[in-house]
Amino acid sequence: MARVVVDVVLKPEILDPQGQAIVGALGRLGIDGVRDVRQGKHFELEIDDAVDDDTVTRLADTLLANPVIENFSIRRR
Amino acid sequence: MRVGVVTFPGSLDDRDAARAVRLAGAAAVPLWHKDPSLHDVDAVILPGGFSYGDYLRCGAIARFAPVMESIVSAAREGLPVLGICNGFQVLCEAHLLPGALIRNARRRFVCRDQVLRVHNTATVWTTAYRREQELVIPIKSGEGGYVADERTLDELQANDRIVVRYAVENPNGSYRHIAGICNGSGNVVGLMPHPEHAVEELTGPGTDGIGFFRSLTGAGV
Repeated sequence: MARVVVDVVLKPEILDPQGQAIVGALGRLGIDGVRDVRQGKHFELEIDDAVDDDTVTRLADTLLANPVIENFSIRRR
Repeated sequence: MRVGVVTFPGSLDDRDAARAVRLAGAAAVPLWHKDPSLHDVDAVILPGGFSYGDYLRCGAIARFAPVMESIVSAAREGLPVLGICNGFQVLCEAHLLPGALIRNARRRFVCRDQVLRVHNTATVWTTAYRREQELVIPIKSGEGGYVADERTLDELQANDRIVVRYAVENPNGSYRHIAGICNGSGNVVGLMPHPEHAVEELTGPGTDGIGFFRSLTGAGV
C-alpha cells in the first residue's frame, strides 16, 4: 500500500471567485497583506503497490481534475 | 418520435423536460442513469439539476454513468442530444462539447428570466428560430460561467458554434457572453438557461423555449 496525494488547482488564467471571496473575508478578519488566494482540491489515495505512475496520472487527468480548467500535481508519500 | 430524458440521482428538471417534449408533439421516454440501453430513442435530453450532488465538479461523476457511455457513442454517430444546465455541464465533462462551466463570476446563484439572442439556427435544436431572435428564458445556476481557452473560443466563433448568447446582461461572467454552444455537426447542443421552463404561459415567462423542442420534432412554432 502506498499513499498518493493529488492536488488540483484552477489554471492561473481561470477566474477563481471562491478564492476572491476568501481574500474578502480575510480583510474582515483584520488580516492585511494577503493579496491573492487560489482555492484547490486535495485528494489522498491509498493505492496498491501494483498501481503504477501512469495509472495514477490517468485517473488524475480523467476524473480528479478537469484539464480544461485545472492543473494537478501528484506526490507519492 | 421518441425523446429520451435521462434521470441521474439529483436530477431536478427531468419531469419538466419530458413535459416540454410532449408539448412539442413527441413521446418522452424516461432513461435511467444505471441502464445503458437508450431504448430506441431518436434523441436524448440531459436535464438540469445536481447530478450526484455536484460532487467533485458539476457533471464529473455523471459522465461515467452507464447511460452516458451509450449516449457519448450515439452522439458521435449523430444522435441529437440537448444538455440543459447540469446537462450542459455533463456534456462538457464528457468532452462532447469543449470548454467548462465554473462558479458564477459574482459568486451568487442566479435565478431570473434572462434575455438570450439566437446566433445559430442550423442545429437540430434551433431550426425553429430566426437568427438574432431574442428569447426570454429562465436561468437558475450557481456554476454557469462558460470558460475555454482563446483558441477554442475563436474556433467556436469562426465555425458558428455559439448557438445562443446572453443579451442585455451577462449573468455569470461567461466568456464572450456564451449561453450555449454546439458540436461540429450541430446534433449536440448545450446551454445553461432552461428552455423547458418557458413552454407554457401559466408557469413560465412566456413560451420562447418551446422552439428548442419543436425544432427537433418539426412541429413548427
